[in-house]
Amino acid sequence: MNWKQLVLGTATVTLLAACASTKPAPVAPAGNNGAASSQATAPVDTGSSNQGNLSADPLHDPHSPLAKRSVYFDFDSSTVKSSDKPTVEAHAGYLKDHADRKVIIQGNTDSRGSREYNLGLGQRRAEGVKRSLEVLGVKESQVEAVSLGKEKPKATGNTEADFAENRRADILYNGE
Amino acid sequence: MPRIRTLFKALLMFALLVSGAARAEMTIEIVGGGASKHAIAVVPFKDEGSRVREALTPIIRSDLELSGVFRMVDGTAVANVPVEPADVRYPLWQAAGAQSIAIGKVEPVAGGQVKISFRLLDVAQKKQLTSGEFTVTPDRGREVAHTIADMIYEAITGQKGIFNTRVVYVLKNGRNYMLQVGLITDVDSNRAQTILRSKEPIISPSWSPDGRYLAYVSFESKKPVVWVQDLATGQRRAVANFKGSNSAPAWSPDGSKLAVVLTTTGNSQIYLVNTLGGAPRRLSYSDAIDTEPAFTPDGSQIYFVSDRTGGPQIYRMAVSGGQAQRVTWQGSYNVSPRVSPDGRTLTFIRREAGRFRVMAQDLTTGDVRALSDNGYNERPSFAPNGRMVLYASETGGKSVLYATTLDGSSKVKLAVINGEVQDPSWGPFNNPQ
Repeated sequence: MNWKQLVLGTATVTLLAACASTKPAPVAPAGNNGAASSQATAPVDTGSSNQGNLSADPLHDPHSPLAKRSVYFDFDSSTVKSSDKPTVEAHAGYLKDHADRKVIIQGNTDSRGSREYNLGLGQRRAEGVKRSLEVLGVKESQVEAVSLGKEKPKATGNTEADFAENRRADILYNGE
Repeated sequence: MPRIRTLFKALLMFALLVSGAARAEMTIEIVGGGASKHAIAVVPFKDEGSRVREALTPIIRSDLELSGVFRMVDGTAVANVPVEPADVRYPLWQAAGAQSIAIGKVEPVAGGQVKISFRLLDVAQKKQLTSGEFTVTPDRGREVAHTIADMIYEAITGQKGIFNTRVVYVLKNGRNYMLQVGLITDVDSNRAQTILRSKEPIISPSWSPDGRYLAYVSFESKKPVVWVQDLATGQRRAVANFKGSNSAPAWSPDGSKLAVVLTTTGNSQIYLVNTLGGAPRRLSYSDAIDTEPAFTPDGSQIYFVSDRTGGPQIYRMAVSGGQAQRVTWQGSYNVSPRVSPDGRTLTFIRREAGRFRVMAQDLTTGDVRALSDNGYNERPSFAPNGRMVLYASETGGKSVLYATTLDGSSKVKLAVINGEVQDPSWGPFNNPQ
């Protein structure tokens, strides 16, 4: 394989991506001398939300509806629960007022089974939130819907409450 | 001397494999047995205990047992320890039930090297089936043992042996993810190489057909992105990093393209991307989830999962386009398809009564059989000779690797002691250049 051509291809890919993600550090070449293997990237805690920023941005006001960053779904559903609609509406309002801000919606699943199929299911939920935001007037370029599938469960237990916690999409603002 | 060149390649690979720090502690445990196995006696090779770092015949026996095709004849009760063909007292071995017998020796040669020679003899016909000679440094005995096991396997079954082929899997330890590569025969022995470490999930590793690259999905940038990594250099590039999720890479048999799943249309659909770059070409058209593409060996068709009729089922479509055909009709949840190297068998996972079982479907007759019984299994893949299927299985909150014969009669458990093993995939025959 020709890496130079591959780099060009990747550059194209990056240009096409409307919302570029954090660039990972490349792995160091795996040595032949028994040295420890390549380090992939600095850890990213995608699960955390409230950062306690001191600015007056309502995004960081713990009493604002914007403090809620998660929306929940019923079993086998990609429709946002009605109880979480105010959360979606609050973020839609903020994004319309702040055209420079972008969000990434991460969909999650509670199921066992194929990792890739669960990725598709989580995507369906994230797309549901994205569409809701767009219906409320948010520009398509401000929102990226992605999936974590079943790979990053917030709750690891086996109760119905745990499963419900994982039928979730999280809203992350750029820079968070 | 093609034999010598093969061996050199094997040794080079061995050097690559031992270079990485290993985390997994595994043990091979045979958990099932078929009735009609070939009975072989592997007599300890002369001086294998002193002239090579590790005795050869225990490795050869363990390899042959892993294949599910061989039964070891205990030679300790036989009053004959042959080194040369003339030493073999055939009636004694026949009485012990051996159909074939392997003998050998390790001799010192110039420059601190050793010459390992072996012969495989048919007990009933008293004739040689195969033989080999390897001149190596004493620390390379293990690699020679795997090659001898390959030669024995091929002499008896007529199929290529898989004891020098590699597997890739993700080892999860708490919140640490490691992509590891090791010989199928060595995953029990601390020799796996870690090719990627991350604090974020890694899933769906996929071998390039030449065994030099791995494609995989990494979540290191808050979303799934498809990467390709050169195993020899560690260099890697994102090959699918479009808006939305990028996942499920599968190499075309000629190595020039990857089938991937992208979500740029707002749902998971299958696309073809050139590994050298360029715009993706959409292959599947549905308003559902289409995922887990797997090429047929001739590269003309792709098997994939779609929930276009409700639950996930397996479909087939031509790479050139056209209507997809449904392939699985029993069960409400069929996922993770892979086609055998001869194109005749499909393996996949079926969810049934809370169990996730490895299935094998005859693509000619449509007959389906279960290859696993126990609770929760994932991501089956074929050995490159098509005779076994590798999968991950979770029992008691721990996941381990299993290799099963295609009839399900013999299973080998490759137990992980330290960590959870996920998303395995059996690599091709080809070794890195």
